[in-house]
Amino acid sequence: MMDSLFLYSGIYLAALMLVSLYRGVFGPTILDRLIGVNAIGSKTTALLVLVGLIYGRVEMFVDIALAYALLNFIAVLAASRYFQKKKGLSDESSTR
Amino acid sequence: MLNYVVIFLILGGLFFFTGGSVGIIRLPDFYSRLHPAGKLDTAGQLMIMSALAIYVLQDFSLQTFLTATKIVLIVVFVYITSPTATHAIVEAGVRAGLKPWTKEERS
Repeated sequence: MMDSLFLYSGIYLAALMLVSLYRGVFGPTILDRLIGVNAIGSKTTALLVLVGLIYGRVEMFVDIALAYALLNFIAVLAASRYFQKKKGLSDESSTR
Repeated sequence: MLNYVVIFLILGGLFFFTGGSVGIIRLPDFYSRLHPAGKLDTAGQLMIMSALAIYVLQDFSLQTFLTATKIVLIVVFVYITSPTATHAIVEAGVRAGLKPWTKEERS
């Protein structure tokens, strides 16, 4: 029973990541795309541990999840620090 | 008996993740989209990770104790880094000069 619960909640999380990918692709500004990518990354951390429980090797997948959480944080922080220097780029529609 | 706690926590976490995704899609502004992205993903992550830590700890040994400790460490790390990343995105938006959404400009 628990294995099928983990499987279906993993599939549901993947569907939610597709919903967040809409904001990552069609977002009106660059920072909207960053929000979408950050949401996908935080769902991926939960999905990795779920996949580890499905395959029965959770002691290996939890290390990957920890490294992915670190990497997601560094990527979002560096990208937001980079795009705040370029003033005109992050606003494509509303100021002009 | 402990399995029902795990099922309840996983379904609650999926509920919070659903709310976060709907908020990211539906809300009108960049600043208001950060509100579900910052809070609800963190809440859903806490519930799902605590459910998986309880499930892993059911047959207790040193290996499962280490795995559960790493899962708790992921939760602690996310609780530190998710507000930091959200604050960095908001600061980039303010410095780039994005205007907040108001009711008069809706048209």
